[in-house]
Amino acid sequence: MLNQLTISELTGKLASREVCSREVVQACLDQIKRVDKQIHAFLSHDDVDALAQADAADKLLANSAKAAGKPLLGVPIAVKDVLAVKGQPLNCGSKILGKFVSPYDATAIEKLKAAGAIIFGRLNMDEFAMGSSCENSALGVTRNPYDLERVPGGSSGGSAAAVAAFEAAVALGSDTGGSIREPGAFCNLIGFKPTYGRVSRYGLIAFASSLDQIGPLTRTVEDAALVYDAMAGHDPMDSTSISSAVEPTANGLLESLSGLKIGIVRQFDTRELGEDIDEVYDRAYHDLQALGAELHDVSLPTADYGLATYYLIAPAECSSNLARFDGVRYGLRVDDKDVQAMYEQTRAAGFGPEVKRRILIGTYALSSGYYDAYYVRAQKARTLVARDFEKAFEDCDLIACPAASSPAFTFNAKSDPYSMYMMDYYTIPMSLAGLPALSVPCGWVTPPGGTRPLPMGLQLCAPIFGEKLLLGAAHAYERATGHASKHKPQVSEVSA
Amino acid sequence: MSQTLVERKYQAVIGIECHVELKTATKMFCGCANEFGGEPNTKVCPVCLGMPGALPVANGVAIEHVIAAGLAFGAQIPAFSKFDRKNYFYPDMPKDYQISQYDMPLTLGGEVKFWREDGTMSACRLVRIHLEEDTGKSTHAGSGDGRIAGSAYSLVDFNRAGVPLMECVSEPEIHSAEDAVAYLEALRRTLLQLGVSDVKMEEGSLRCDANVSIRPAGATDLGTKTEIKNMNSFRSVHRAIETEIARQIDIVESGGRIVQETRGWDEQKGDTHSMRSKELAHDYRYFPDPDLVPLEISPDTVERIRASLPELPWQRFERYTAKYGLEPKQATQLIDNAALADYFERVVTASNHPQQSKNFVLGELSRLANETQTPVAGSKVSPEHLAELIALVEAKTINSKIAKELLARMWDGAGSPKSLVEKEGLAQTSDPSAIEKFVDEVIAANEKVVADYKAGKTNVAGFLVGQVMKASRGKADPALVNELLQRKLSS
Repeated sequence: MLNQLTISELTGKLASREVCSREVVQACLDQIKRVDKQIHAFLSHDDVDALAQADAADKLLANSAKAAGKPLLGVPIAVKDVLAVKGQPLNCGSKILGKFVSPYDATAIEKLKAAGAIIFGRLNMDEFAMGSSCENSALGVTRNPYDLERVPGGSSGGSAAAVAAFEAAVALGSDTGGSIREPGAFCNLIGFKPTYGRVSRYGLIAFASSLDQIGPLTRTVEDAALVYDAMAGHDPMDSTSISSAVEPTANGLLESLSGLKIGIVRQFDTRELGEDIDEVYDRAYHDLQALGAELHDVSLPTADYGLATYYLIAPAECSSNLARFDGVRYGLRVDDKDVQAMYEQTRAAGFGPEVKRRILIGTYALSSGYYDAYYVRAQKARTLVARDFEKAFEDCDLIACPAASSPAFTFNAKSDPYSMYMMDYYTIPMSLAGLPALSVPCGWVTPPGGTRPLPMGLQLCAPIFGEKLLLGAAHAYERATGHASKHKPQVSEVSA
Repeated sequence: MSQTLVERKYQAVIGIECHVELKTATKMFCGCANEFGGEPNTKVCPVCLGMPGALPVANGVAIEHVIAAGLAFGAQIPAFSKFDRKNYFYPDMPKDYQISQYDMPLTLGGEVKFWREDGTMSACRLVRIHLEEDTGKSTHAGSGDGRIAGSAYSLVDFNRAGVPLMECVSEPEIHSAEDAVAYLEALRRTLLQLGVSDVKMEEGSLRCDANVSIRPAGATDLGTKTEIKNMNSFRSVHRAIETEIARQIDIVESGGRIVQETRGWDEQKGDTHSMRSKELAHDYRYFPDPDLVPLEISPDTVERIRASLPELPWQRFERYTAKYGLEPKQATQLIDNAALADYFERVVTASNHPQQSKNFVLGELSRLANETQTPVAGSKVSPEHLAELIALVEAKTINSKIAKELLARMWDGAGSPKSLVEKEGLAQTSDPSAIEKFVDEVIAANEKVVADYKAGKTNVAGFLVGQVMKASRGKADPALVNELLQRKLSS
């Protein structure tokens, strides 16, 4: 089962010529054929192009000199529909981009291609990355491979579902307030959001520019580290990308947590999440301790304001970022009597309800007379949230907390927007502070009325630029606990 | 009351807002060429087309250009600045927001020193200069007059989208159309001198709007203003402002009230028309652009730019008029022709005689240049050779007629006037006996004219002087010729 191997397993077999990249890519395409009609992770996939890339990789693999310096040579990586890949459709889970084909590669894509990766497929997502369930996609619903009656999380739901269902070795997602970490938790994966600015945003369709960050969804921590190492780094095309050198992470994976201080956030009381879930996190914290970590009680007093802060800043930025989808230059156009009416008709027809809601909220928050009361205050609150973390990290090396307040929920369970926003309660503060964070599988619960055990995710968070320690510690935890392998996705039973 | 008396009852108050496209190799936020014209939509990329996912990166040269302009006008350069988004929908604006600067512009304050035709100096203070990106250009088809109203469709050219644009806002403290133009001239000359822009109104690299109001003479409160747009030359700025002042005076004199509005100047009709009345307070929802990091301008940067500033036009004007004794018009003429001014400066340096340098450069040399349609600078007459010529004239080695002839030959490449004079023996003859010989010859050969002179027609003397000069092949000292001739004729 080539489509189930980790990156290091794959690159080992590819380098030894035991398998070729074409076989690996074909295995993924076959799996897509087998299972994607059940989960609908992919919006599209160009098989001819993917196999052509695989053939090109195989040519390089035949010559070890040419293969040198390409750590991901021949590894298939599928991409969330928010990232520009030259010659591939780019829809952002929306109708408004119509038949748009990207004329250029995102920097992250360019870097992964340079590392030898096979970039293929377009993965479903909440429209413009706004949502926590993938239900806001205008292009169809994606199902959770571990329970087809449930959402895969969002907004990177397609990315999570594809990797969980073994349709790709790894996938790229984007995280603004939790959009990698929450679907990672829902789909039994590592969902890793690097420090803001570590991975160039050039070619990532902007939702909220000051929060957006690209990251991988993978089945192992090591995979996440390998993809991150290939993608991270300064980009002259992105002014907000960080210029300091990137510390490689894949060579720093730990086997124990001894000597590490891990902060448990006083304000995040997991007893509020129900007995089963509380037990999962209680156990997780004990496991961290058992691995040698010293647990510390830390306080994030302003974390509770995270959600309100986020739902002013992110919509404010999105209201401006999404203005360009106006029917003038590309994408959908609904003609009308004059240009103003054309704008209105195009945007009315092209955007879904959640996107419209956020554009309205953001427009309001930036309006004259409200700007100081909303946008400026939110920015101040954001600074306070970041300071809380700085203070907390004086007492610990990492912070551990839930990645989401529940496991994957059923479709239409969160029809009230606020209850959906609450899904990101634990992930938003880290986003506001720009910190690196990830979710790692930490146990299973069968929710009331549920028929199958569902994965839960532990969120680990490090100070800015703390990727190496973050991934290192997550690796130790993953290895020691082995939660991910305790259950198989439902989709494998159905397809068998 | 006559019109002039009515005009004296009021004072016009004018503020000028200029948009200046900066001269840089690339656009403000991407790597596309910053050049005027070209086939539509050929100087574009994902960034300046506002493609999904594309991000801006600020052009450091454009930022330094604005700082240089600010320093030239004596503005403050704050240590921190930032870019903001100005949000509004317009088809030629790719992102439907303009990256601009709201509350932290690159420069604050300063003043534009300008001079009038009579040479008097004045100044108008600046509010600020900020940096932003230009929009594309729309062409409306099917309406006959190129306006959007009634057009069948519109085409957009994004070549200009993203070109760095500097906005320079003056305080409302100009009081006449003449001063408004003088202000603009000074602004234009300064930016040209700094090399930060081509400042060509006809290519749109300089665009300006005027805010005009009137108030009773002596009043300090500002009246209701109108904003005048669509002025395509300094001449139309002058005409539009004059017309608007007169219109406002007419309204107030007949008991009416000025309406705050934007008015468009119609060059053909020589009139302004209302474009939109009192701008519905447009809410641009400015906020800091999260794609661009705040700018920190170090004192070192400011000092480096300050040290690189050239002599500014107003400084040069003062030097030319005060030190070199040039007429305001002549000084202006030189300042407006940088190459000629440089040439002039070199002649002055070499000859140490500004007055003669000016006479030759703006006189005979400019005439030759016009005649042959070739510029003085780069002609075959080097400043050093011209200085030689001036020295010869000053030493009375040659007279002005010979000088003129020599200059014509130098223009054609004859080289050093000194060697020509030596080689051809062109030095002026001041030997009275030699000149007397010519005088006697001329008197003998022109009996009739001499008789006329003696009969009282003294105006024929000029003819006789000319004949003597001719006989001497121009070398005779004209003053001496005159003196000898007078003496002989009246004896």
